[in-house]
Amino acid sequence: MASFVDLVFILVVVIDLFLLASSRLGAAIRTVAIQGALLAALPLLLVGEGHHLGHALLLAGGALAIKGAFIPWLMFRAIREASIRREMEPIVGFVPSMVLGGVGVALAFAFSSRLPLPSAGAHAFLVPTALSTVWAGLLLVVTRKKAVSQVLGFLVLENGVYVFGLLLSDVMPVMVEAGVLLDLFAAVFVMGIVMFHINREFSSLDTEKLSALKD
Amino acid sequence: MLFVIVAPLALAVVALAIPSNRRRPVALLAGALVHAAGIAVLFGAPPPARAGAWLAFDPLAKVALLTTTALFVAAAVYAQGYLARRDDRDNRIFVGGLLFLLSAMTTVALSQHLGLSWVAIEATTLASAPLIYFNHNARSLEATWKYLLICSLGIALALLGTFFLALSGAGPGGPRSLLLEDLLAAGPSLSRPWVRAAFVFLLVGYGTKMGLAPLHSWKPDAYGEAPGLLGALLAGGLTNFAFLAIVRVFQVTRAAGDEAFARDALVGLGLLSIGLAAVFVVGQRDFKRMLAYSSVEHMGILALGVGLGGAAAGGAFFHSMNNGLTKGVLFLTAGNIHRAFGAKTTDEVRGAARRLPVSGPLFLAGFLAITGSPPFSPFFSEFAILNGAFGEGRFVVGGLFLALLAVIFVGMATTVLAVVQGDPGDAPPVPNSGDSWLTAAPPFALMALVLLLGLFLPEGLRDLFGAAARLVGGRWE
Repeated sequence: MASFVDLVFILVVVIDLFLLASSRLGAAIRTVAIQGALLAALPLLLVGEGHHLGHALLLAGGALAIKGAFIPWLMFRAIREASIRREMEPIVGFVPSMVLGGVGVALAFAFSSRLPLPSAGAHAFLVPTALSTVWAGLLLVVTRKKAVSQVLGFLVLENGVYVFGLLLSDVMPVMVEAGVLLDLFAAVFVMGIVMFHINREFSSLDTEKLSALKD
Repeated sequence: MLFVIVAPLALAVVALAIPSNRRRPVALLAGALVHAAGIAVLFGAPPPARAGAWLAFDPLAKVALLTTTALFVAAAVYAQGYLARRDDRDNRIFVGGLLFLLSAMTTVALSQHLGLSWVAIEATTLASAPLIYFNHNARSLEATWKYLLICSLGIALALLGTFFLALSGAGPGGPRSLLLEDLLAAGPSLSRPWVRAAFVFLLVGYGTKMGLAPLHSWKPDAYGEAPGLLGALLAGGLTNFAFLAIVRVFQVTRAAGDEAFARDALVGLGLLSIGLAAVFVVGQRDFKRMLAYSSVEHMGILALGVGLGGAAAGGAFFHSMNNGLTKGVLFLTAGNIHRAFGAKTTDEVRGAARRLPVSGPLFLAGFLAITGSPPFSPFFSEFAILNGAFGEGRFVVGGLFLALLAVIFVGMATTVLAVVQGDPGDAPPVPNSGDSWLTAAPPFALMALVLLLGLFLPEGLRDLFGAAARLVGGRWE
């Protein structure tokens, strides 16, 4: 069981690196969906004596429905309507951004070994996975030009935050966790609407075109 | 207390259901008035403080809500005139969104639970993003996208910061709670490294929302492209609530014994914001973008005031009110000028005082007020902050602050005078765009309020600013 949890955490980090190196949007969306599904399994795998099983089930179900199914479906619709396949010219190339991602993973592991964890029962990989996923998400948002890639980056960032939140599932009230899922949903939904308008206005989802406003 | 949150929300639903484009703005006015009445009742009969309550009417909430409710009433009256002229646009989302925004902002102010605060701040982002796209053109779309993406990133980092804070109190014997009173009571028993990490992430996250440099990059675009009415509510209202959230986190950091670090961070970001605004205000031809940089500047002043502490903290809370009201004047009149000329750069706009005999001079007066000219109230609050800086022995910070204010005054004066003075001459007149009662009276009333607060500050308000300042270890002089 423990090795299985390790595997999930490692896969999540590998997916971060894969996304940083991937230019095909369809594959990237599918990978984010897989990451979402893996993360949905985590609350069940990490359930300990202090947790409520019902609560974990609820969280896992919600995460699977939203991260694993609904949002990827929304994103696929967006690229189909805009008929785009690839992220052509990212601001930072694929290899450099993957290297940066790798550096982030190393730093995340180095840092988290120094941060004191108040609750002793936490899994050793949890904090580094969360921090490196947040870092990968930030990199994706900042270095990509296509609106779809930027939204995917935001999703990865939110995934990282979600992993961190698992550390607190016995401390935080349910309402806040529900808020997390709800906000993720709402944010991407609104972003989806804006993407639709960008596509209609410019016949492209390239945010390079959004450059009329500057000083 | 729940009433002032639920009433605007209910009216937002009503507004979404009203079929008539012309009648819908009335719901906005109703929402503003009901909210103002609710706040008045809360001031008249303050609800008793209960232990463990998620909502409380504390001094921070009082300052922020007093400013915003005045601003919102003015904006709602203005909206009656503005939206009647913009009958070409469907205002369903706009009116509903504004009321939803009011409800979310009120929640931020009253919330004593940092998780709830986070949800409410996220709600303000989602409520305001579609409103920036009101004009449905390529430029406003670009502004909306940047606003949504940058603020969402900020809000995600703020969530991580909130988690860090929860973790800091999750140890054995910790409060295991995100309620402000529990965290403050736990004080030094919170885990220091996590509190510091939480402060950094929350400052970055909510600082993005507040528009502190270098996280301000959405601001000129959003304020430049949004209708003046929305600019007034974002720059004068919403930013104050992000500031309030940062102040709450600062309270916790201070209680946990990491005060010096947090103060340095606030002073640093504050000065950086003022300095960056000074760079971009000089030579700025687009007067709405100029106002956005002015907003970056004043957010910097607020952070600086709280960071310096002492008498500067009292000045900062006074300044949050003055800045809110004056930004209302500036954005509403800027909206009028923009509409009357169909342009918003000094290349095309001149002689606003002639074409708009009320809005033009008001824009000038608002500029004088916001740059700290006596006898308007921002002069007194900026003076209090400066005084506080010298009182704390921070002469370099105080001197820098004064020098940057002078640069900004000159930079803004060039643009504002170019807009207001002269002869409109060959600039083509736009039909149905002159000053009317509904579009000119609200900024006028706000301007009168700013002048009044400068000439005479009621005892009750002094006490309020003092009480708010004491929460962050400052005082009112």
